[in-house]
Amino acid sequence: MSEEKVPSPGLRRGYLKEKGFRSWAFTHDHKRIGIMYLIATHLFFLIGGLLAVLLRLKLLTPGPALMSSHAYNVLFTMHGAMMIFLFIIPAIPSSLGNFFIPLLIGARDVAFPRLNLYSLWLFLAGIVVTVASLLNPIDTGWTFYTPYSAKSATAVTALSLGLFLVGMSSILTGLNFIVTIHTMRAHGMTWYRMPLFIWGMYATSVIQVLATPVIGMTFILLVAERIFGVGFFDPAKGGDPLLFQHFFWFYSHPVVYVMILPAMGIISEIIPTFSRKPIFGYKAIAYSALAIAFIGFLVWGHHMFVSGMSTAAAVIFSFLTFFVAVPTGIKIFNWIATLYRGSISLDSPMIWALTFIFLFIIGGLTGLFLGALATDVHVTDTYFLVAHFHYTMMGGTVMGLFAGLHYWFPKMTGRMLNERWAFHAWWLIVAGFNVTFFPMFILGMQGMPRRYAEYPAKYQPLNIVATVGSWVLALGILIMFVNFIRALKSGPPAPDNPWHGLTLEWTVPSPPPVENFEEIPTVTDWPYSYGEKEEPGNDE
Amino acid sequence: MPDPSAFSGAEAALSSGDVDAVFIFILAICGFFFILTQGLLIYFALRYRRKKGEPPAATPYITGNAVLEGVWIVVPSLLLIAIFGYGFAVFVKLRTPLPGAAEVQVTASQFVWNFQYPDGRRSVNELRLPVGKPVKLIMTSTDVIHGLFIPDYRQKMDLLPGRYTYLWLLPKRTGTFDIYCSEYCGTGHSVMRATLIVMPQAEYQAWVQGERQKKPGMQSIAEKGKALFESSGCPGCHSIDGTPKVGPTLKGIFGRTVQLTDGRTITADEEYLRESLEDPNEYVVKGFQPIMPTFKATLKDDDLAAVIAYMKTLQ
Repeated sequence: MSEEKVPSPGLRRGYLKEKGFRSWAFTHDHKRIGIMYLIATHLFFLIGGLLAVLLRLKLLTPGPALMSSHAYNVLFTMHGAMMIFLFIIPAIPSSLGNFFIPLLIGARDVAFPRLNLYSLWLFLAGIVVTVASLLNPIDTGWTFYTPYSAKSATAVTALSLGLFLVGMSSILTGLNFIVTIHTMRAHGMTWYRMPLFIWGMYATSVIQVLATPVIGMTFILLVAERIFGVGFFDPAKGGDPLLFQHFFWFYSHPVVYVMILPAMGIISEIIPTFSRKPIFGYKAIAYSALAIAFIGFLVWGHHMFVSGMSTAAAVIFSFLTFFVAVPTGIKIFNWIATLYRGSISLDSPMIWALTFIFLFIIGGLTGLFLGALATDVHVTDTYFLVAHFHYTMMGGTVMGLFAGLHYWFPKMTGRMLNERWAFHAWWLIVAGFNVTFFPMFILGMQGMPRRYAEYPAKYQPLNIVATVGSWVLALGILIMFVNFIRALKSGPPAPDNPWHGLTLEWTVPSPPPVENFEEIPTVTDWPYSYGEKEEPGNDE
Repeated sequence: MPDPSAFSGAEAALSSGDVDAVFIFILAICGFFFILTQGLLIYFALRYRRKKGEPPAATPYITGNAVLEGVWIVVPSLLLIAIFGYGFAVFVKLRTPLPGAAEVQVTASQFVWNFQYPDGRRSVNELRLPVGKPVKLIMTSTDVIHGLFIPDYRQKMDLLPGRYTYLWLLPKRTGTFDIYCSEYCGTGHSVMRATLIVMPQAEYQAWVQGERQKKPGMQSIAEKGKALFESSGCPGCHSIDGTPKVGPTLKGIFGRTVQLTDGRTITADEEYLRESLEDPNEYVVKGFQPIMPTFKATLKDDDLAAVIAYMKTLQ
């Protein structure tokens, strides 16, 4: 356990050894598939981020400057659609999930490797169709509300079909993971010896399998309405304009937990490893992931309190919404309790994990204003909402993803990242993020609606602050990615277990060989046996 | 409080202060948990930090604590229920009909707000109301979904094509207030703004008189509705004096509880009357045959609103 400074022999023999297009395009190796997802999703993160910088630049002034309103509407739609469907939903499950689920449960691959490759190809096909829609880019917002999306002259049909394929990929990946976790665990790895990342991924996969078909179906209905004129949603044809919103949020609310649960799983691995303490309240964290996944299906109507839905329905949805907050709170308290009396090393993965907790608390608490009926009426559809979901999605999921990337980079690539670069990227991103998004809470409280290409001049000062913040944020992200690329080329070779973790991926070389384990390990304990068991009453 | 830069204290409209009170209540709870969690997070991270390169210190093997975990399940749950309850109570106030409210028809189109007052006056992108008098907005859209948002009033409601939604307002302070479109509706969404001008009652009356003199002979909405009611042939089947004909009488129809043939009961509000005109066989009143033709093609949005306004006068 203590001589890991020796470079791992994996660097020359790992899964990355084979070269050439075919070795990637037709691989069945979950690690290679994970890496391809990682590259594809992060490409869209960078493109979506670039669009965000342009959006903020436009909002520097309240009037018609820099670009037309239509161009602005297209840009925020593209920013949202790319970030949600092509980055944040698949980013952790498909990339880190694919790479690490088999490694963490002691398996040689996922249950259905060919299906896994097929999912990847579906995803890439979906991307091609989605990108093709850019020939006539859509301007409906990423929520595609009808009747506007049914009437819009832009390429809504192409984008819907592209996202349908992406959704198919997501369903099959979820299915694959569920079967993998049920059937492929190493000897002795009982459910309560599974790493919490696996619990998080399990809950995530269940949501993917159950919720994604609904959005796929909804896209098909939308396309049918656009092409064949079937009146599902258009009241002029006897349809119901609110039906689309119900369908859309029936998927898109649970999918919020597809975004956040894997990140929570990553945090649950990093906090004990870097505190050298067992995770506090293992079962509570595991079950709260399942509880979030379950309750998450019952709260979609909280997106619709002012949509014209009945008051009675709004009341029920609000009540249920508050019950998602309880398991979320449990996790946060448990992570903080894990830190207590630890021996904490603030390496880059840990800094990101702590940043996740810090920002996600703000995102979670501000959600209470949106869950409560009276205050939601005022702040929904304003910048308050924009700030809230960026604190949960970027402050939460993306920070969790960054934590995971820094944590597992040595395992995936066999190289160590530069900690100084990582530190500079970190403080720029955290500062830039807060300067960008915190003013939006105040703008929303003051009543500035979201999706406004032009806005009343009284909102300009805080918009200037937010725009300047976006530059700092962009610079930090740039430095982080430069650090990744530099380390790939010239980073020092990574040992097998740079962070002294106890999960199974650290028992194999960095990067791991094809098929991961020469011999399937036998598990005799849970993966959080850090610290020393004390005699009762023996305080310090 | 939702507008921290303009904490005027005086309520702009009925219940807007109540919304702010809920906001402050939640903010207080959030503030407590923010300081508690972030404080412990940062304190522990610094207090138990280990220097780079140092070997890890001995740490205790703590895997949980039933009492502590029970506390942080039960206490937040109770507070969350309190937040829900408070938000619910004020929400119901926001949505409760105000008796005696004057009715204003609001029709949203890409990217214009149209307002029509009971006496037939119309205005575009400007809504004038007298202070201290309750108002009911009966709202619909001609194309896509819009949202009517008055930040100072803490009120917001979407407008849907082919359906009515409502807002009740009671202005309490004179002045000029912003109305925004809050639901994305297309290219001109961000310029779809209107002004709410709340005037002292005497001034408002003088303005109304002036407007009426500008357009002598203007029909009120209900008068227009009466004319449409008669020219569309409605009296052939529906009496207005209580005698049942081929169809049910319309005497006192508005607000009445209606028994349907399928056993349901329904309250006759604007939405019910509108659907009964557009799709009469959706709701068939008990004891009558589904023989009424649709008026969807002959009565436009404004006409429907007028006929409904007339029916409300049949008490």
